[in-house]
Amino acid sequence: MELWYSLWEALPFQMLHWRFMCNALLAILLIAPLFGLTSTMIVTGKMSFFSDALGHSAFTGIAIGCICGIAAPTWVAVVFSIAFALLFSFVRSRSNHTADTLIGVFSCTTVALGIFIATLRGSSFTKYNQYLIGDILSVTPTEIGLLALVLLAVIIFWFLYSNRLTLASVHPQLASSRGVSPALTQTLFTIAIAVIVTLSISWIGLLILNSLLILPAASARNIAKNLRQYHAFSILFAMVSGVLGLILSYHLGASSGAAISLILALMFAISFCFRKARC
Amino acid sequence: MNIGMHGGACGHSCCLRIENMSVKIGGDSILSGVNLHVHCGQMIALIGPNGAGKSTLIKAILGQQEYDGIISFSVPGQRKRKAVIGYVPQSPTFDPGDPLTVADLFACCMSRRPAFLGLSRSMRNKVLSCLERVHGENLIDKRVGTLSGGELQRVLLALALEPIPNILILDEPLSGVDVEGMETLMDMLDELRKSYDLSILMTTHDFHMLPRYADTVALIDHRVVCEGTPEAVLQSEEFCRVFNRKGGIL
Repeated sequence: MELWYSLWEALPFQMLHWRFMCNALLAILLIAPLFGLTSTMIVTGKMSFFSDALGHSAFTGIAIGCICGIAAPTWVAVVFSIAFALLFSFVRSRSNHTADTLIGVFSCTTVALGIFIATLRGSSFTKYNQYLIGDILSVTPTEIGLLALVLLAVIIFWFLYSNRLTLASVHPQLASSRGVSPALTQTLFTIAIAVIVTLSISWIGLLILNSLLILPAASARNIAKNLRQYHAFSILFAMVSGVLGLILSYHLGASSGAAISLILALMFAISFCFRKARC
Repeated sequence: MNIGMHGGACGHSCCLRIENMSVKIGGDSILSGVNLHVHCGQMIALIGPNGAGKSTLIKAILGQQEYDGIISFSVPGQRKRKAVIGYVPQSPTFDPGDPLTVADLFACCMSRRPAFLGLSRSMRNKVLSCLERVHGENLIDKRVGTLSGGELQRVLLALALEPIPNILILDEPLSGVDVEGMETLMDMLDELRKSYDLSILMTTHDFHMLPRYADTVALIDHRVVCEGTPEAVLQSEEFCRVFNRKGGIL
């Protein structure tokens, strides 16, 4: 980390002479490819609302962790989100309701449970604001190390499973006939999203998190012609918007998560205007 | 006339034998007492009204549906080798917005290298040779979601032919394909069957194609109602009864 700090101190960027800004920049450079990569499969698999519901379940997990007096509620939230993802997959495979109806059922229930627990016995909701808005500037070097490990795990997962995931997302029956289990690959992917969403919630914030999971790939789809371009553009958009959003939030004194989301939305608008005719 | 039920010991070399097979879903009997043999190198067509259990039968053959009874495969002359099944799914719909090209789809199915890294030169050549079998080399860089019905069926057929299967199963391959495309596809299947000595099992609602291409037709209505040559089945009383017609269609 000292090398990282001294590198930026040597450069004429006033903003990065602050250590918390250096930490935030490094965290963004790790979070952005993480979201850029997973975003592609969330959009292809039409799981946008599911990832949103996962964010809500993470919030509920944090509320449960807080009320139980656990020092690191994030880990309670990780366990709760994984349980949420598995329960959702189980109910979906045994129900004739459409996915969006079930997502609505799960999302409403977890939000209500989270607010109920957070406000139990007249508790103030204020301490949970950081999970709604997020604060990337509060990230510590230890948390950056954790983010690096998560990124590494997701990259390994992607190398091993992305072909199977793509096939299961675009045509489950075809995947099944090629020896790929759509249920198993989808479950592994939902667990991966549950972990990523829950760990990121305190830095990005529940309200903005979903935009990072959807907008990079949604923008990339506008201009990408094949899978390689799709992934490359999605990661590029996430990284550029992450860095620009951080700079913008520093100079304007606004929430960095919101600034990143707004730049991503702008990128979607621009890419939409330049979308290529389907080949 | 060769109408009858096929089952038990038959004198032919069979790639696929279904003996007294039944499927129940949620207490409802979808298929019961199905006996069917697919002879090596032949094309057998399954016909029947919607909801008759044709797709369920195919799912059971593919191992995607639980069933009672026996479904067994054999490779002629190679007792210990497991039969390779090629499968072309029913009415596949792909999102036109997905940036997934034909080459990407093949790479996802055939390559260990992640498709998002792009195709290696050798993989691209392999995909081209697969597409050559269905005269579809020009489709390699097209998005899967933008292909016409006939083009998509050819691509999925090329995918099902890698590796070359012992038995090729097609679920409604002619739906969503125009008349010209149907003939092209059926000619191609006939050519492939002869070139690779394939056994082909397909479901269809396009009866007019059957006398020209199919060796055997099996009429399914929760069981095998009748089985025989296309001419015999399409003019049978059972066919008229199941499809509520006054006369056969030939």
